[in-house]
Amino acid sequence: MAKVLAYEEKDTWIHRLSGVTKLVFFLVWCFTSMVTYDTRVLAVMVAFSLLVFKISQTRWKQVGAVFKMVMLFLAFNVVAIFIFSPDQGTHVYGTRTVLFHIAGRYDVTKEQLFYELNVVIKYFTVIPAVFMFLVTTNPSEFAASMNKVGISYNIGYAISIALRYIPDVQGEFTKIKHAQEARGIEMSGKASFLARIKNTSAIIFPLIFSSMDRIDTVSNAMELRGYGKHKKRTWYMAKKLGRNDYFVIAFTVVFAALALGITFADGSRFYNPFTG
Amino acid sequence: MEPIIQFKDFSFKYRAQAEPTLRNINLSIMPGEKVLILGPSGSGKSTLAHCINGLAPFSYAGEASGELKIAGKAPKDLGLFGLSKIVGTVLQDTDGQFIGLTVAEDIAFALENDMVPQEEIFARVDEAADMVDVKALLGHAPGELSGGQKQRVSMAGVMVDDVEILLFDEPLANLDPATGKRAIAMIDQIQKKKKTTIIIIEHRLEDALYRDVDRIVVVGDGRLVADCPPDELLATDILARQGIREPLYITALKHAGCQIFASDMPRHIETMKLEKYKKPLKDWFERTEGEKKRQQAPSALKVEDVYFSYVPGSPILQHIHFDIKKGEMVSIVGKNGAGKSTLSNLICGFYKPTRGRILLNGEDMASWSIKERGEKIGLVMQSPNQMISKPMIFDEVALGLMVRGVPEGEIKERVFDTLKICGLYPFRNWPVSALSFGQKKRVSIASILVMGPEVMILDEPTAGQDYRHYTEIMEFLKGINENYGITIIMITHDMHLMLEYTDRAVVIADGHLIADDTPANVLTNGEIAEKAYLKKTSLYSLAVNCQIGDPSRFVERFIAYERENRRGKEGAHG
Repeated sequence: MAKVLAYEEKDTWIHRLSGVTKLVFFLVWCFTSMVTYDTRVLAVMVAFSLLVFKISQTRWKQVGAVFKMVMLFLAFNVVAIFIFSPDQGTHVYGTRTVLFHIAGRYDVTKEQLFYELNVVIKYFTVIPAVFMFLVTTNPSEFAASMNKVGISYNIGYAISIALRYIPDVQGEFTKIKHAQEARGIEMSGKASFLARIKNTSAIIFPLIFSSMDRIDTVSNAMELRGYGKHKKRTWYMAKKLGRNDYFVIAFTVVFAALALGITFADGSRFYNPFTG
Repeated sequence: MEPIIQFKDFSFKYRAQAEPTLRNINLSIMPGEKVLILGPSGSGKSTLAHCINGLAPFSYAGEASGELKIAGKAPKDLGLFGLSKIVGTVLQDTDGQFIGLTVAEDIAFALENDMVPQEEIFARVDEAADMVDVKALLGHAPGELSGGQKQRVSMAGVMVDDVEILLFDEPLANLDPATGKRAIAMIDQIQKKKKTTIIIIEHRLEDALYRDVDRIVVVGDGRLVADCPPDELLATDILARQGIREPLYITALKHAGCQIFASDMPRHIETMKLEKYKKPLKDWFERTEGEKKRQQAPSALKVEDVYFSYVPGSPILQHIHFDIKKGEMVSIVGKNGAGKSTLSNLICGFYKPTRGRILLNGEDMASWSIKERGEKIGLVMQSPNQMISKPMIFDEVALGLMVRGVPEGEIKERVFDTLKICGLYPFRNWPVSALSFGQKKRVSIASILVMGPEVMILDEPTAGQDYRHYTEIMEFLKGINENYGITIIMITHDMHLMLEYTDRAVVIADGHLIADDTPANVLTNGEIAEKAYLKKTSLYSLAVNCQIGDPSRFVERFIAYERENRRGKEGAHG
């Protein structure tokens, strides 16, 4: 089974960066892309995102399935915007150039298309960055980084523990499912949708009960080794910030400042090609 | 020298319980000592351990009276974290206690929590990993390790803190016999090298005694019933009275009418002085009869030249073939990950063999669905918690019939009949949650039995059970087997189980079938035992050291005698 969106060890300079750096880049990048609707800025960001994605040597197999889901979601989003506010573009850009009429209040306008194009581009600035971050950051190092930027280590550790036990719970799930199937509980496509939902309880309850046993052991094991003793902790997997890290952080901050500067230069988040 | 652990008139009562679990414990353990704590389930031995590592009262609330000092200090002054710097605990669940995403992180865990600087962590993790021989595995994820390796990582994870006391809570429970032996040797090596105080909680006495211990403490019903060196303990009848299994060679000598003397050093069979026991043992061997061969029954389950692989080119099972007859009780044994579970998955139809056939009563099952197979072949999982999905006992047992659309009246009748067989009829209207673990196990067996299977496959039916519960479950299964003619297949690495309760052992190692023989022959064959991560039974050494020519026959007669004995006892009770 190919691991989707899981960390994969590789030796690129992006992998060698500290998790803190990548986290900072990731957060600032997403923030910038959320704020700006300036098409010129967004275009540069897309190009840059794709470049970074390329450098990280991420393979399609690692992200393909999730990418398709995001695309589906994006399609829904674009259609929904049109259905719920077909004149958002006019509202933003102040002009109304009708291309053709559909029905009722639904006109396809140049402004609306341009607005939605911006939404699509925003997705594409963020998606490669998210993928790149997830597949190049060791989860333990990620927990360490979150702690370093001031987030409680409990949150980082909760994620790390979840990642640790997911494969175990998956294995347990398969075992329980098999045993219940042998007892005659149909989980395959043969059963009706409703029956399948009902039958799921035959797996979920045993899974919960056996997970409870596990949780008891895990919490004992953690306490016995001093988890939660101090407000802070150190991390085996933490990486010291190097020259490249400072360079990337500096670049990110400067880039964001410039991007926002350009965006707001004319007093609006939007780049308006229609007023000429 | 001051004792490192000292209990004086110590009692402990959990908040949720009416009666104290420990009463008037007086026990001192000196620095560097190695102590084995024995006791059946519910005796209070785990509570004793929890009082030492602080889980009681800090995690499991309760009240203590009397005095307890660890390294000269009272636990309540030290707190759970203070205690964790002195006492390192290795839990029995090798999987659950592995917290880190990799070996290195798991070992580093205690240091990270203690805010040790990273460079120092690196050095200390390396040193601890070296100590237990896992240095080559530092970057590995837990899924890539065997049970024995995980346990060694846990050892490193507590030793990294330079603890003065190492506490092992049933270290053998989840390991195959050969790995268990290695674990005991590793613990011994650590004690010799680091002079750490070692406390081992176990109920598998014979395996735990593979290396010397200074003292054995026996806990029974909340009190200390013995505190003496192993040789002295083995010369008493305390173990039998407390429901703890004696080493098999001791049992054999007792069957031969011998009295055991501490001066003969009975703690290891290899070094025990056997002069005065030889004659009576030989006489016993001559006069005891082996079991009569069963007459050949027709085939129940036949596996014909089965191969299996998930990915072409890396086979999990190869050329597996055996024929289980109607009414047999057979064990499938082999080390963890040898392919035992895969085999049961193939028999139940969860996976399809890449090659070969599996036949039930001579009929190829290839075209049968999982559900169809489930009516003839019942699968009982290791833990009842993995199976039970209904809150009420009746509903749980009825589930298999309900989904098959059996009429209501018939369901009721069949469920009641099954509950009667399983001794659960009085509880038929109870919720499952009110039952003990052993009773839940019976519910999970009943829920399979109700479908009237011809073959039952049980995965580690006695895992984690003490001698009394083990006997209870196994006698129950034997009853089903004898009275209802159900063929029983057990997947196990418990050597006692295969010896005492099965007629045949199918041995699988690294995906190959390496033996299909009587358990007595398998466990007296060094080569097979080694390949399958079993170990030779101590009865073999006893026979050899007493110059009995045919060790395998000796083992067979011992088992026959034991079975006869048990039957006699049952008769007396009934």
